[in-house]
Amino acid sequence: MRRSIWAAGAVSVLAFTAAAHAETITIATVNNGDMIRMQKLAEDFTKNHPDIQLEWVTLEENVLRQRVTTDIATKGGQYDVMTIGNYEVPIWAKQDWLVALDDMPDGYDTDDILPSIRSALTYEDKLYAAPFYGESAMVMYRTDLAEKAGVEIPDQPTWTDIKKAAEAMTDKSNEVYGICLRGKPGWGENMAFLTAMANSYGAAWFDKDWKAQLDSDEWKAAVNDYLDMMNEDGPPGASSNGFNENLSLFQQGKCGIWIDATVAASFVTDPDESTVADKVAFAQFPNKEGVDNHGNWLWSWNLAIPTSTDSEDAAKQFIAWATSKDYTKLVADKEGWRAAPPGTRTSLYENEEYQKAAPFAEMTLNSMQAATPDKPSVQDVPYTGGQFVAIPEFQGIGTAVGQMFSAALAGQMSADQAIQNAQQLTNREMTKAGYPK
Amino acid sequence: MAHTPTKGRKLLFTLIAWTIGFLIFFPILWTILTSFKTEAEAIASPPSFVFFDWTLDNYVEVQERSAYFRHFWNSVVISVGSTVLGLLVAIPAAWSMAFVPSKQTKNVLMWMLSTKMLPPVGVLIPIYLIFRDAGLLDTLTGLVIVVMLINLPIIIWMLFTYFREIPGEILEAARMDGAGLRSEILYVLTPMAVPGIASTLLLNIILAWNEAFWTLNLTAAKSAPLTAFIASYSSPEGLFYAKLSAASTMAIAPILILGWFSQKQLVRGLTFGAVK
Repeated sequence: MRRSIWAAGAVSVLAFTAAAHAETITIATVNNGDMIRMQKLAEDFTKNHPDIQLEWVTLEENVLRQRVTTDIATKGGQYDVMTIGNYEVPIWAKQDWLVALDDMPDGYDTDDILPSIRSALTYEDKLYAAPFYGESAMVMYRTDLAEKAGVEIPDQPTWTDIKKAAEAMTDKSNEVYGICLRGKPGWGENMAFLTAMANSYGAAWFDKDWKAQLDSDEWKAAVNDYLDMMNEDGPPGASSNGFNENLSLFQQGKCGIWIDATVAASFVTDPDESTVADKVAFAQFPNKEGVDNHGNWLWSWNLAIPTSTDSEDAAKQFIAWATSKDYTKLVADKEGWRAAPPGTRTSLYENEEYQKAAPFAEMTLNSMQAATPDKPSVQDVPYTGGQFVAIPEFQGIGTAVGQMFSAALAGQMSADQAIQNAQQLTNREMTKAGYPK
Repeated sequence: MAHTPTKGRKLLFTLIAWTIGFLIFFPILWTILTSFKTEAEAIASPPSFVFFDWTLDNYVEVQERSAYFRHFWNSVVISVGSTVLGLLVAIPAAWSMAFVPSKQTKNVLMWMLSTKMLPPVGVLIPIYLIFRDAGLLDTLTGLVIVVMLINLPIIIWMLFTYFREIPGEILEAARMDGAGLRSEILYVLTPMAVPGIASTLLLNIILAWNEAFWTLNLTAAKSAPLTAFIASYSSPEGLFYAKLSAASTMAIAPILILGWFSQKQLVRGLTFGAVK
């Protein structure tokens, strides 16, 4: 009895000592299904790394962006691992705010990361963040409504195909709207969609001398078609609809076509959440006839290490675990292949079990492979990015321009007025920021 | 002659008051109801008011995913700590302004109030740098100080309004009886102003509890209060309304209960001096 008390005491002391010596890393992350799943499965990491403890800070995307930007810009050192988008990665890497991830452990297989994503996270030939999940944008549509309306949407539709199909599917008396698109103002909201749409019309934000091109014929055509489609076949109050609002409308069977991030595919085909789960098909992001550009939407949530961290090695070990092929397999073992984080690794899309479990896999991969964020427009442009322009000023400019287009959608100003205002504002802000730099 | 409203008018006014009250409370009620729905029911259109399958799953998941009690405890420390510290500074300040005013008192009061007119984000970077250099980032001490400072103008203004209603002669009499400054404030002024101090205390606890700018920006994992707990359930990409509602209900419940039990003092505090 006495001996067992001594043994228990010794074990407790050892456990306490181990905990006291454990290195704690603080991880800032966004609230979405894949990230929450990672938190739940993190035990697998701590079990194999007893010397590392994890602290999580989960925040809404915009709050997180403000929070981590303040911290990294002031070298606050609050976080050891940050979840950031591919918009931030090249900008922050240029500022020397991120640790390069060029010495990942053996077996990590950096070459397996989808080339478009890897390129978006690389600055001066060095990888500065590891992708946790990625997305492009595509068309999601209701097969039953298309059949009823007698229309067919090809795998690579043009905007004319989309417009015709939306018109045919609209049945306002039964609250069915042919098309649902983002209207809520914000650089990551309506402007993500409109920038991609403008790219697919052959438009560009800036010419080679950084002069705004929002009043070009291509932009005008894109904005006018967007407004026409939404006014004629869109849901009421669309100027306040973002991803979530449209997801809700689509899941409730109120949208014929929804064009948005590929990550939505897993939500709309989930029978637990969606009333139309078995009536959805997918197509590539549309283009204007004769323009070889399908929007170039490319987004990924990535894990990166700020240079202000004191725990670089531990943070690297965690990132290597969370973005590895083994993690994908762990998710598949625990929750099925459908739940695997999409859009980052080629091997996932070569996996037959994943292809079987995720009917949207092929179109997601096609959309991501087609995206060329290093050449966003068919025109010669001085910037990179897809549904955004990868310069620090874009958050402010994009949101202000988004407010104008949202106001045009709400009927508060004409399309021409919104375009002219947007053009003036963009040129003014770019001049103030000292472009060309 | 006092004007007595007729029965009909009384009923009408009561009805209007209840309707307005219900409309104000409705968003909170809706949040509470949504917290008992599934995610699919939370977004159902038309929405169902009470006839849905009630579930506690959201509360279970929120409980499993987040350390509610740690956030709750941080909220208690920040709101109570900042209010008590604020009162310690504000009582002497309000005393001096109410009983020994100078030519500049009015200007000082207005200047203090004007600090509330600056958008907090305007001073985020300087405060962040001060906190970083002082080692106060993600600490309860830092948050108690910053929340106290942002609410201090309101505390001083409220106490000043109460103290002005207390006749100065009483304090003079105490002084003539030999009371020093400390005794005058502690044993004469404070007991007389207890209802006012209580209202100020309650109102400031509520304001500090709900403070969501500094508590989000100056914390990480250790000292984050319930505002950060709610923010962790909001998402622009993914429908988590039911879970967000459960988290919100858990976050507002303590302060709602406190408000319910102290409503008399709160109403008195908010309407003090309004009708003379």
